[in-house]
Amino acid sequence: MTKMVPQYVSTTNACKLCKPLGASLAFRGVEGAVPFLHGSQGCATYMRRYIISHFNEPIDIASSSLGEKNAVYGGGANLKLGLKNVTEKYHPALIGIATTCLTETIGDDVKRLLFEYRREFMRDGGPLLVQVSTPSYSGTHMEGFHAAVRGLVEQLTVAADANSTVNILPGFLSAADLRSLKEIVADCGLTATVLPDFSETLDGPALRDYPLIPKGGTRISDIRAMGGAKATVEFGHTLPDQLSGGKHLEKAYGVDLHRLGMPVGIRETDRFFEVLSDLSGNPPPEKYAMARGRLVDSLVDGHKYVFGKRAVVYGEEDLVIGLTSFLAEIGVQPVLCASGGTSGSFVKAIEKAVEGFAVEMPRIHEGMDFHEIGELAAELKPDFFLGHSKGYTLARNLSIPLIRVGFPIHDRVGGQRLLHIGYHGAQQLFDLIANAMIMAKQDSSEVGYSYM
Amino acid sequence: MEAALQERQDSIHRTGEAPFAMECNKDSLAGAVSQRACVFCGSRVVLYPIADALHLVHGPIGCAVYTWDIRGALSSGPELHRLSFSTDMQEADVIFGGEKKLYSALVELIDRHAPKAAFVYSTCIVGIIGDDMAAVCRRVSEEKGIPVLPVQSEGFKGNKREGYKAACNAMRQLVGMGDISGISKYSLNILGDFNLAGEIWLIRDYFTRMGVEVVANITGDGRVGDIQRAHGAALNVVQCSGSTMDLARMMKEDYGIPSLRVSYFGVEDMAESLYAVAAFFKDEEMMRRTRELVKEELSLLMPELMKYRQALAGKRAAIYVGGAFKAFSLVKAFRAIGMQAVMVGSQTGTPEDYAELAEITDPGTIIVDDSNPLELSAFLQEKEVDIFVGGVKERPIAYKLGVAFCDHNHERKEMLAGFAGMLNFAREVYSSVMSPVWRFVPRKSETVQEVPHD
Ligand code: SF4
Ligand code: SF4
Repeated sequence: MTKMVPQYVSTTNACKLCKPLGASLAFRGVEGAVPFLHGSQGCATYMRRYIISHFNEPIDIASSSLGEKNAVYGGGANLKLGLKNVTEKYHPALIGIATTCLTETIGDDVKRLLFEYRREFMRDGGPLLVQVSTPSYSGTHMEGFHAAVRGLVEQLTVAADANSTVNILPGFLSAADLRSLKEIVADCGLTATVLPDFSETLDGPALRDYPLIPKGGTRISDIRAMGGAKATVEFGHTLPDQLSGGKHLEKAYGVDLHRLGMPVGIRETDRFFEVLSDLSGNPPPEKYAMARGRLVDSLVDGHKYVFGKRAVVYGEEDLVIGLTSFLAEIGVQPVLCASGGTSGSFVKAIEKAVEGFAVEMPRIHEGMDFHEIGELAAELKPDFFLGHSKGYTLARNLSIPLIRVGFPIHDRVGGQRLLHIGYHGAQQLFDLIANAMIMAKQDSSEVGYSYM
Repeated sequence: MEAALQERQDSIHRTGEAPFAMECNKDSLAGAVSQRACVFCGSRVVLYPIADALHLVHGPIGCAVYTWDIRGALSSGPELHRLSFSTDMQEADVIFGGEKKLYSALVELIDRHAPKAAFVYSTCIVGIIGDDMAAVCRRVSEEKGIPVLPVQSEGFKGNKREGYKAACNAMRQLVGMGDISGISKYSLNILGDFNLAGEIWLIRDYFTRMGVEVVANITGDGRVGDIQRAHGAALNVVQCSGSTMDLARMMKEDYGIPSLRVSYFGVEDMAESLYAVAAFFKDEEMMRRTRELVKEELSLLMPELMKYRQALAGKRAAIYVGGAFKAFSLVKAFRAIGMQAVMVGSQTGTPEDYAELAEITDPGTIIVDDSNPLELSAFLQEKEVDIFVGGVKERPIAYKLGVAFCDHNHERKEMLAGFAGMLNFAREVYSSVMSPVWRFVPRKSETVQEVPHD
């Protein structure tokens, strides 16, 4: 790593989102749940808009809609009224309540307020209330996401009879990833509880009636029983223990925890299948051996188009780690790995991911915004950008392709259908990258070759 | 109506069914999923198109990052407004105050971008921790020699309307600073057009052809220098019910500049607006030029429009937009292509706005203030709507139910204003309503005919 990045005071075009957005996404992946933000109206509306532009699906996020008086005297009354209204209108099985900067700053004691609410309004039952503290002046949407998962696990699980389920806490994947993940586990002959699972709730079919709450999501009874599972598999190298649902299950109920990286690329996917094999007692099904074989075959066929190409990779830390690991495997040189997150474990994880593969060590930076990424990228002469759609302007300025992965994809259709994980995901990524490189060469060539 | 919470009943009206009374412009109800944003959103909408100003959001990251380049307000020159600047407040800033960070961020950004002015937006927590933004702005303004204006847009202080007001207050401080010599007596400022998809260029062209000088665009493709000279114009033409009305009022108070309310959507309103401006200047020659302009534009437009009208006649539309004034124009624009508005709503209308809507719509039309997804979807079904006009947040509701959709909010990429815009509008409506995909959605699929095999 040569030059230090200038550390600016101001943030320009942030490469992160705020905590309650992550929490809302996670809550949306629970069956019958409605995400609820305790704060003023704007936050919820903005986040809905942001999420909608990626998924092209409705997402209702309720808000306690605090006004000026509440901001001064406390938002308790609005919180209760809001919960009451949501319960009446949506009949949810669960309300996932996340705080915002405002309610954290005025110091609303949500735990106590919910205690009061249960006493006042829930004598005859009502939805489960899961609550999580998500002030955005520390952490990003990923911390919010993990906090919500941890909150669900902590607040819902009960001591359960030992059963043969496997808990999977995948972190923030695409809808297609989640579907693929469930298929993999089922093919391996395992029963799994995937938390959260918004593969249907944020990517559902066309309907005749607008659903109050869309079908799908992790069943609450399954979450409750997670304490009896035979193991937990949790993705994420940068996930801190206090936000890890798996750690809680291990500590409270003694459930074995397997911490893995997001299964992006060959090595991380191999590791995932190894764990699944251990758990099922069987080798990976033929289907996946074949998929891996085809993948390797295609890498050989296409290796020359990508070898030595220089890539800037950015986005959520764990996704970037997975992507970088895959790039290193196919001979692409990651030159900059950047994230708006600040877990503290990003650099190490990237170094490990490229060890023995990449020719040179990439620049690795936490807490970056797109202004800083742009400045560095201009020096590093990349051949392409790999990340979500917010890097588009930078790629355009450098006249290089942006290969879109992750969240958000605001300028293309199908962000929810992008597959990143497993051998199939790696195959899609490879085809995308190789074709982007071929296309860049073809388009800039005077000859206009019509074969590769 | 089942989909509406008891408390919301007074915000829904059906034309002709009960004496008109409507609750609106109050805070959103807790727990209802409002389509509204916040005060900050209102301020931002109005000020952001000023393309050579620095727009710094003082607060935690979300407020800034969710609004990064989300509006299609185009600029013919600098594009500073398309960047998202934030102080990204951290825990320590919240505890010990964010003034220091704000100061350094401002200085850093002004040095980097050399803007003509800076707007600093406060967000919710800034209002709570009590940073003295005005003082920091004053200090930086003195040091850097450019106007640095605080915009008091704490989200919780009301709805979008309050944000408009805060924005107008900030602009008021700019107006009057510039040199106004040489401005024609036939001159005006365009207020309340944000140059979405380049619309203000079209409108400016109309005025130029009429012989009217446009002094300042407020704020589409706006420039600080122009706004500083805005007090030299003879007239303010104001579009959009809420957003810049306050500034027009202030400029009337401060400089005695009269204003006209106009709308550029739909053939009727567009023509009427131009005639109103010509009439204001009491110049025969200008009136003649205006008539000619309208005639010319209409002779180009009408034959084209008829094609769409034939296909669309009798279809039913639902409208849900930010401001009620736009809703008026849309009701008329749909009529111009033979369609009927069966539901009309807005986020920020006033009682007078809704009364006017009740007047111009057909009996049975649903009129609604500050609605939510549940209500909207129930209305779409009840009225068997063929197309829904709204913003990004409304789109998935329509699509999920298999209803056509047309974007008509600040994020849109199609030019819908002016005479040419009317044609685009018709084309947009047409290309959604006439798509064959609706035949496969559950709402309609039972009527799909089997493809005959021979
Ligand atoms: S106030 Fe906090 S929670 Fe709300 S949008 Fe801003 S950063 Fe996110
Ligand atoms: S924190 Fe306040 S200003 Fe920011 S988005 Fe939320 S409501 Fe709006």
